[in-house]
Amino acid sequence: MIEQPTALELVDAVIGFIETRAAPQLKDRDVFLARVAVNALLTLRREIEHGAAAEASATARLQDLMGEEGDFASLNTALCQAIREGTIDITAPALLAHMRASIIDQVQIDQPNYSGLKAALAGG
Amino acid sequence: MEAADLERAINQVAAKLAPGATGASDLRRLSGGASQETWSILANTPSGDVPLILRRRPDSPTGSGNAVPLATEAALIRAAAARGAPVPTVPYVFQEADGVGEAYVMGKVEGETLGSRIVRNEAFAAIRPKLAAQCGAVLAQIHAIPLEGLPEVAHSSALVELEKYEAVYRGCGAERPIIEAALVHLKRHAPALERQTLVHGDFRNGNLMIHPEDGLRAVLDWELAHLGDPAEDLGWICVNSWRFGNHAKPVGGFGDYSQLLDAYEAAGGTPIALERVKYWQMLGSMKWGIMCMTMYLSFANGADPSVERAMIGRRTSETEIDLITLLEAVA
Repeated sequence: MIEQPTALELVDAVIGFIETRAAPQLKDRDVFLARVAVNALLTLRREIEHGAAAEASATARLQDLMGEEGDFASLNTALCQAIREGTIDITAPALLAHMRASIIDQVQIDQPNYSGLKAALAGG
Repeated sequence: MEAADLERAINQVAAKLAPGATGASDLRRLSGGASQETWSILANTPSGDVPLILRRRPDSPTGSGNAVPLATEAALIRAAAARGAPVPTVPYVFQEADGVGEAYVMGKVEGETLGSRIVRNEAFAAIRPKLAAQCGAVLAQIHAIPLEGLPEVAHSSALVELEKYEAVYRGCGAERPIIEAALVHLKRHAPALERQTLVHGDFRNGNLMIHPEDGLRAVLDWELAHLGDPAEDLGWICVNSWRFGNHAKPVGGFGDYSQLLDAYEAAGGTPIALERVKYWQMLGSMKWGIMCMTMYLSFANGADPSVERAMIGRRTSETEIDLITLLEAVA
């Protein structure tokens, strides 16, 4: 892939433009929306950096948990169905461990300052 | 309806807004949700201007189909006042002939509703330790409102709520294992509806007018009121999404479970087990997670193309991390 600029550099350039050029000219609700736009770009930035690794770990855990091969989407669908139909016990430590690891990775991308993330990390 | 036309229509009935009022002025839009508009207005009386808040249904409302009619909301606020609960006064509910639309006015209450300020600002440091007990006592008052004579509102229970939100979740087409597991757990442990009371339905940090010296001055936003399990209200204010970063204080980010429950009982509330409150807290986290998904859907289907609606979809994961912590605690 072309790296001049990298995807992250492009995202940073847009964040810089919004913060230093665009936002100071806005008023009322648009000030708030510009902040949300920057947050969206920061989420995108974290997803570019960590998304693929998070999905690869989730897929590996799912293959162990479900005892079958497959990609993330099909295994995740199978897991949801198993939970719904009661063929997997929702108190099973391996299931809880998978869900915990997956959601920690997701919140680290979506809202890394969320208090529930710190609580989940502190809880082991 | 234009603001000038609205102000003109309100002026026609100004005498109803405050004793001796001869006019109304300074109508100003405060916020506009999809299902609700809020305006400030002054009732002009010989002894001075009286600040009032106008709540009005937009001309083409979208959004929550669960909201009660505004006349019902006004009647519930008055019923809560009769029971001694802190609520705004409701001087007037507009009639159809007034040409104002579906609306009522309430007295302006001084204080703060922004949860993050209530949880963090120094101005609230002294009152914060007392807020959970105040919430408990006020919920006991709300739950003691006699049901006879109340306007018709929806009936609900844990199972009814689960059915409703599961249908919404399935309709989103999402596949999220934690939501699925929470649904299984919550269905399996749904408490029977032993005692039905009026439930506020959105009693949380953010809908409470908090004064730095007196604390809880008014319970606002009655649009989701219904008949159901009183524990629902106690659980909802403990959902982590309303603790504004202060995870260690389960009640609204400012208090502890025991303060809430002890004050509830001391104020005459029928004792509620902590386990039941935590059940409703988990249901509340799941409900908020699914509500975030539906707000994202209004972006995805083009109804509201704002970046804010898009980004709120990324808040469902917050509720899921709370749900996994709660699920592990009961596993």
